[in-house]
Amino acid sequence: MMNIQKSHSLSGPVLLTILLFIAPLVMPTYWVILLSEILIMGLMAVSFNLLLGYTGLLSFGQGAFFGIGAYSAALMLQAGHENLFLILLAGMLVPLLAALVVGFFSVRLDEIFFAMITLGFGMLFFSIAHSWIDVTGGSDGLPVFALPGLNLFGVVQLTFYAPISMYYLIFVTVLICVCLLRMIVHSPFGLILKAMRENKQRVSYAGGNVRVLRIAAFAISGAFTGLAGVLFCLFNNMATPEFMHWSFSAKPVIMSVIGGTGVFLGPLFGAGVFFILEQIIIQFTENWMFFLGIVLVPIVLFFPEGVFGTLRNKFYKVAGRGLQPPSARGKRQKNEKGTV
Amino acid sequence: MEILLLNILNGLSWGMLLFLIAIGLTTVFGVMGVLNFAHGSLFMLGAYLCMQAMQYFDSFWFGLLVGPLCAVVIGVLVEKYLLKKVYNRDVSYQLLLTFAVLLILDDGVRMIWGSGYHIVEPPAILGGIISVAGQDYPVYRFFLIVIGPIIGGLLWSFFHFTKWGKIIRAASFDDIMAEGVGINVPLIYTAVFALGTWLAALGGALSAPQQSLIPSMGEKIIIESFIVVVVGGMGSFPGAFVGALVLGLLESFGTVFAGRMQMAIPYILLAAILLIRPNGLFRKGV
Repeated sequence: MMNIQKSHSLSGPVLLTILLFIAPLVMPTYWVILLSEILIMGLMAVSFNLLLGYTGLLSFGQGAFFGIGAYSAALMLQAGHENLFLILLAGMLVPLLAALVVGFFSVRLDEIFFAMITLGFGMLFFSIAHSWIDVTGGSDGLPVFALPGLNLFGVVQLTFYAPISMYYLIFVTVLICVCLLRMIVHSPFGLILKAMRENKQRVSYAGGNVRVLRIAAFAISGAFTGLAGVLFCLFNNMATPEFMHWSFSAKPVIMSVIGGTGVFLGPLFGAGVFFILEQIIIQFTENWMFFLGIVLVPIVLFFPEGVFGTLRNKFYKVAGRGLQPPSARGKRQKNEKGTV
Repeated sequence: MEILLLNILNGLSWGMLLFLIAIGLTTVFGVMGVLNFAHGSLFMLGAYLCMQAMQYFDSFWFGLLVGPLCAVVIGVLVEKYLLKKVYNRDVSYQLLLTFAVLLILDDGVRMIWGSGYHIVEPPAILGGIISVAGQDYPVYRFFLIVIGPIIGGLLWSFFHFTKWGKIIRAASFDDIMAEGVGINVPLIYTAVFALGTWLAALGGALSAPQQSLIPSMGEKIIIESFIVVVVGGMGSFPGAFVGALVLGLLESFGTVFAGRMQMAIPYILLAAILLIRPNGLFRKGV
């Protein structure tokens, strides 16, 4: 039984990986660039969902770590560091440290209060990036002129100026990160995260240190989000304060809810839907936000598990194997109320 | 000395505007438990509708009366057909739904009135300038400083001394119990959301002569009113008043003592309050 479920749940991702590997070879350049962006934002959304879907924490400041990753890459490149691995590593470690600090202060709060404090911290980083002009370049952002290359075993020297080679850099990095995140989600640590989402008191009674576990989840999520930021900085040749603004932090929330927070790859799927939707809408009108809102409303109202999640649950029902889709979210209580 | 006085006046007038918006937000949260992301857009909508009504009838007072009422119609539709469905859902869905409403309203206004600036003249009686400590100061800001506490006081009396106010408070304490004693809770929710919308739109209409109108004007104020509400304590009336004053004054003085970093002040305040008093200044711990 266990084996059926495992092979079943892996065949989709493997197929997706193969498709994503082949796709740029047959696609026009414009779509390769679009697909690169989808993968980067998908990585951000998947690592964000480690918090929302698995730990039950709604972070509204995830853009801060994306931005910190992007800025650390841009600053390192400006300082003349050309080692790609070093840049990727720093782009994970610096956001990790920032997320440890923010998480240390934030995780004691829940629900809407957690959303508000992370929003506050995110906007704090935005203000710093916006005002500390000497280091961050202010609202203009930091441009990146020379992209780092990659020397493979002293034999092949790879550069990433062509969109297709940039795509494969992003593809490989995102693939590794998503595999790592999947391992985390399916590890005992991931199980405890889900347990905390359902009932943190019980985890606490059972001997789990809720605070430390939540900080760890927040830091891991921040580190991978930061790495997505590094990729975006290399892809976009730019790090700007906009990455840290709350409206940017709303993107992974939208993508996760579109895709489904209860499914591991749901947010990646949501990122794809988000960008493809944008491409379709801007062909007809400038006011793409208006139509994004129009599309979001029915998704929120009628797809409680996200589009991907709801469709998948339907599939499980039709397939009739009596399998419970893994990690589907339970019903939530109405949130706590205040007094006038 | 003059600088100090002017900063206090600026802080008070901005704070009073924040207060009007924050009480709508905090009332809706207190009764329904929904933090409304679109509240700033309703503020913006109020300003635009006031401007439009002014063009038809050539009177600011008429705009002030009609504009917010038109916004209330939209608010009621939003509550009845959208919000009602997510009261029992996770907080991320509520935020996202109201965020979708924000996108629709902001871009909708941009489609109707364009993305450029619009200016609204204050009425003649409030349009002048008076001298404060040797400096010219607009009369309209004094008007804002006075009108804020008046509206706040009226609302507070409404909630505490009238039957309807007491019913609303009952529904906010315990909706199931209220339903049990025969109160029509869904109707109360609609009414409260209408009230919140009216307050946001009234704030927008009142702010129209003081700032230029752009479709994104709601996005700045929604974050600041979130901060006011969290700092004051979610659902608390006096909290919103104190929070708005503190934030207004801090921002006004921030230009003096913090220079370029003044942008960060509201967020530092938010983080500090959430750490020291997670329930805000005026709300008892749960």
